[in-house]
Amino acid sequence: MPGAALLTVRDLRSYLATSHGVVRAVDGVSLTVHEAEVVGIVGESGCGKTVTCRTIMGLMPTRTLHASGEIIYHPHGERNLLGAPRREMQALRGSHLAMIFQDPMTALNPVRTIGDQLVEAVTAHARLTPREARARAVGLLERVGIPAPAQRMRDYPFQFSGGMLQRALIAIALASSPRLLLADEPTTSLDVIIQDQILGLLAELQRETGMSMILVSHDLAVVSGICDRIVVMYAGQVVEQGTTEDVIGRPSHPYTQALLDAVPHGEGRGELRSIPGSPPSLIDVPDGCRFSPRCPHALGECRTWETELIETSGPGRGARVRCWRYRELGKERRWHAHDLA
Amino acid sequence: MSTTWATSPSELLLRAAARSAGRRRSLLRRRITLICGLAMLAVAILACTLAPLLTRYSPTAIDPAGILKPPLSPHHLLGTDQYGRDVLARILYGGRIDLAIAFGATSVTLVGGTVIGLAAGYIGGRVDSFLMRLVDLFFAFPFLVLIIAIVAMLGPGVFNMFVAIWMTSWVSYARIMRAQTVVAKKQQYVIAARALGYGRLRVMFRHILPNTAPAVLLFSMVDAVGNIILAASLGFLGLGAQAPAPEWGTMISDGQNYILSAWWLATLPGLAVVFVGVAFSLIGDGLADLLRAGER
Repeated sequence: MPGAALLTVRDLRSYLATSHGVVRAVDGVSLTVHEAEVVGIVGESGCGKTVTCRTIMGLMPTRTLHASGEIIYHPHGERNLLGAPRREMQALRGSHLAMIFQDPMTALNPVRTIGDQLVEAVTAHARLTPREARARAVGLLERVGIPAPAQRMRDYPFQFSGGMLQRALIAIALASSPRLLLADEPTTSLDVIIQDQILGLLAELQRETGMSMILVSHDLAVVSGICDRIVVMYAGQVVEQGTTEDVIGRPSHPYTQALLDAVPHGEGRGELRSIPGSPPSLIDVPDGCRFSPRCPHALGECRTWETELIETSGPGRGARVRCWRYRELGKERRWHAHDLA
Repeated sequence: MSTTWATSPSELLLRAAARSAGRRRSLLRRRITLICGLAMLAVAILACTLAPLLTRYSPTAIDPAGILKPPLSPHHLLGTDQYGRDVLARILYGGRIDLAIAFGATSVTLVGGTVIGLAAGYIGGRVDSFLMRLVDLFFAFPFLVLIIAIVAMLGPGVFNMFVAIWMTSWVSYARIMRAQTVVAKKQQYVIAARALGYGRLRVMFRHILPNTAPAVLLFSMVDAVGNIILAASLGFLGLGAQAPAPEWGTMISDGQNYILSAWWLATLPGLAVVFVGVAFSLIGDGLADLLRAGER
């Protein structure tokens, strides 16, 4: 299904200057999103998922950020978007690249009505008469499943529930028909039933519009359900990437395996295991493999050797893993994407 | 806040009804503050604009035959001053200058300071540093001394008093607005607005301003009172309105020489200042409560 490459990120580094030191939030991330493809980015909190998204969108504070690498949005030419003029990014944002956020409760302006903000989004990149804009706004609200959309246009954000707000935010993000939607943990603050509905809605809209999507989550179950490919991040780096079947079915990296062990799947197949310890500080990054302090299979070499992403499958499939012992550790699992509820 | 549990669903309903009734009452009480303030201000504005209808005396007409008449004397409700001028007429006509200061000086500094603070806070960097050091510079001088210095340089007079206030009091608005903007620009809804490709001006005026305006609006009510007192002080010092033009501060200043023999000359214009000041304070309080209620 995926077509030509839409977005290519090469060796992206986002370092943030803080009073405690330099936080290496994103440290050499490369990924590609193709046309009409859904790519999932998974990892624990604080491993650089959100910063990756915000750097792609050009939303990081420029004064404290040191970013390097390449972000290429192919329909816009082969130019690097990192360091592109503000106006150029402004024109791309909304109309080509859109983003939805983790906490829908705070992502809308609290003192303006939903309709007002939606109409603003609709007219931001298109010339429409007020009547057309309103009609389109109501249509969008209806499309994302808000009942009585014409009446709800007059409501303020506090009158919406969390799930409804996320729907409204999706409507706003899609107002200018973007080619790529970055969904940064869109369901984290919602309960499980609403989470399911929102993910279903996102998948449906993606199929309908043929847009591409980056779905960020800390939940492998969420990602595996609707993503074509999965990128697993740890401590600012990609540790494993590949098609959903490859990553879920044959996880090669101990971190991916540990994440999968922590997800309930199937019917009572084994106990759930949590990963001991917590991710390393991104200011004082451990030598060698960054997962080695928590890795059950770590050897002495793991703590000293620089690790690299190694291609594991035949050319074209693009599966890569950042573990030199992937051959012995990459176990054939019996899991399939649909096992993860 | 009651900490005991309701014993039955009907009791819960009763409690809910009692609470919402209480909230309605407190909302009404809040509105009453605002309404009283607005009414008092309306009275003051009407009285000053309709001065020719309310009194047949000119504020500057001298009457050597009837000087220093006490209030409630025939033909002069509030008495006359040392030149036989009608005090009521002088208060009514003088109020025009003071109210013009309250509105004209305050509105210009409100808008100017807000825009400058918004720009400094949102754009940040060198623009921010430059504007805020400028603000510091103005804050470094005692406010009244600075105003007096400017008026002294430009020459006394009502218009120069306006200019002096315009030049100096935007700084408070700029500082309040900048602080609010710096907080607001890190909020998710501002980042979300930027993610939609909105330009700087749109984000500043359509997204940040509606959320931060209450703070400066409320301050402007306090500032309006301050400006009236400032106008009165400058008049008192002889730097504001010039004789024989009536102005409350000038009247108080002139009247203090007669404070023992003719108390009304300084006291009555003083009460007028208090009246308008209380009106603005009530509006400010009422507005603050109303805006806070909106947040809930």
